[in-house]
Amino acid sequence: MTSTITTEAAGPLRAGGISRLLENRNVLGALFLLPAAVILLLFLTYPLGLGVWLGFTDTQIGREGIFVGLENYEYLWSDSVFWLSVFNTVLYTVVASILKFALGLWLALILNERLPFKAFFRAIVLLPWVVPTVLSAIAFWWIYDAQFSILSWSLMKLGIIDAPINFLGDPNLARASVIAANVWRGIPFVAITLLAGLQTIPPSLYEAAMLDGTNSWQRLRYVTLPMLTPIIAVVMTFSVLFTFTDFQLIYVLTRGGPVNATHLMATLSFQRAIPGGHLGEGAAIAIAMVPFLLSAILFSYFGLQRRKWQQGGRD
Amino acid sequence: MAVTETLGKKKRGDEGGATYLERTPRRLVTLYLPLAIFIFVLLFPFYWMTITALKPDNQLTDYDNYSPFWVVKPTLDHIRYLLFETSYLPWLWNTIVVSVAATFLSIFAAVLGAYAIERLRFTGSRQVGLGIFLAYLVPPSILFIPLAFMVFKLGLYDSKWALILTYPTFLIPFCTWLLMGYFRSIPYELEECALIDGATRLQILVKIILPLSVPGLISASIFAFTLSWNEFIYALTFIQSSENKTVPVGVLTELVRSDVYEWGALMAGALFGSLPVVILYSFFVDYYVSSMTGAVKE
Repeated sequence: MTSTITTEAAGPLRAGGISRLLENRNVLGALFLLPAAVILLLFLTYPLGLGVWLGFTDTQIGREGIFVGLENYEYLWSDSVFWLSVFNTVLYTVVASILKFALGLWLALILNERLPFKAFFRAIVLLPWVVPTVLSAIAFWWIYDAQFSILSWSLMKLGIIDAPINFLGDPNLARASVIAANVWRGIPFVAITLLAGLQTIPPSLYEAAMLDGTNSWQRLRYVTLPMLTPIIAVVMTFSVLFTFTDFQLIYVLTRGGPVNATHLMATLSFQRAIPGGHLGEGAAIAIAMVPFLLSAILFSYFGLQRRKWQQGGRD
Repeated sequence: MAVTETLGKKKRGDEGGATYLERTPRRLVTLYLPLAIFIFVLLFPFYWMTITALKPDNQLTDYDNYSPFWVVKPTLDHIRYLLFETSYLPWLWNTIVVSVAATFLSIFAAVLGAYAIERLRFTGSRQVGLGIFLAYLVPPSILFIPLAFMVFKLGLYDSKWALILTYPTFLIPFCTWLLMGYFRSIPYELEECALIDGATRLQILVKIILPLSVPGLISASIFAFTLSWNEFIYALTFIQSSENKTVPVGVLTELVRSDVYEWGALMAGALFGSLPVVILYSFFVDYYVSSMTGAVKE
């Protein structure tokens, strides 16, 4: 097969040469890939490199920068706000991801049960994920309002607290509040994808395990989780990726405040680069996120490897 | 906490074939109650959004005389204000134009790319496939600064083209990856028959592969449209003038004034910005779910 193609490609000047050339899979492949490749190389690969370069310059908006070596990174190294944002990002990612996983798995297990109106529940559960984050964040902004929060009001009515909670004004409360909003938005994604994984587990495995006298905890531990591990790895990688690079929620709810307590690396890089005008420094912060992201991707890669291995290793 | 709860539930959580062994009262506590709480928490912000958008100004913050959970005399004032006294309708139009254009561009590029990678099997197609997957993992939060730099240089700043050309950076990898999965499921024999009948690859793609992958195309389009509709950071960075903004950016930057929060109009804006994707989603739930889970599973 391959040799036929090579000879065809070697003789494009014969009668119908062009059309034969178009049947060559390498030529045709390149042609078909052209639109995607042009856009991705121009607006994804090139900016990625440009970002690395900008991180080594002192470029500002409206002013060409010059190469300053590691100056941006040296500055950031001694910048307590930057380290605070790293801490916040890691805290935000770890806490939100754990909560999203636990609650998402729980919801997936519930939805995997025999339920009336299952399709309907599955559909409405996904709504928080479908709606634009900025717009649902605005709703949370109103829910977290310092004076007229519905949460504060309900808790006061129930007699649990005396004064309204200042959700977004206190550093730790603000952290908890943005994490809660993020978890709210992330649960549906985790739950629905894990549900898809759960549905591929044959019920016969559970029946066999029951006949072997296992209790339900053992069935979860030794049947469900091992069967689900590959998809958990992938889902959580995506979830971590989304959470780590989150921008919208923080930008709407707190803009990094109070006193930078909720600044994530993404919001800090935006603030320094766009309103602050220091494109170089902002790019350096963005590039500083890459090592973390790479580790997440490697995690995903090994998760996928394990999946293939479990399935008997197709290619 | 949640983990222990999960285990508690699993104690009688007999999947599939053995569920008949469960008793209703137990299911009530272990299944329906948690489900009700989940549904309530997940949907409450939408309810709150809607009810706030309909409340007259005097009820908005007066929790003593009016129950905050209900509205006595619903008003459309906030919605009227939003639609006719702000630039909301132009924002809506911009969002539609940008989303549709970016989706079409991405689907076009992704169909050709996915077919090339999956079926032409040219030299290096596997590496290109992996590259596409890696491109999917590059987040906009890293790209927006260099892209802003480029957008300035290319003279695209503050135009819809800045968004139409940059949204495909996250749409194409996703759509290509999804369509590769769909194309893989189409029997190769169909294509071989067509080749023997003398069809060109382009004819095969248009006349055989595409009609068979309509569900995949719908999934990819819906998802791409929703992703463009929801995009925020590029739109915030590349667009300056009010008349070019998209809904999420417009609502946040123009309806929020530092002195007075017009919560009614804000919530109406959030509601109307969400409705198009929610309606689209409600018609194509299964496609949406399959594209989401498919992208993860592939």
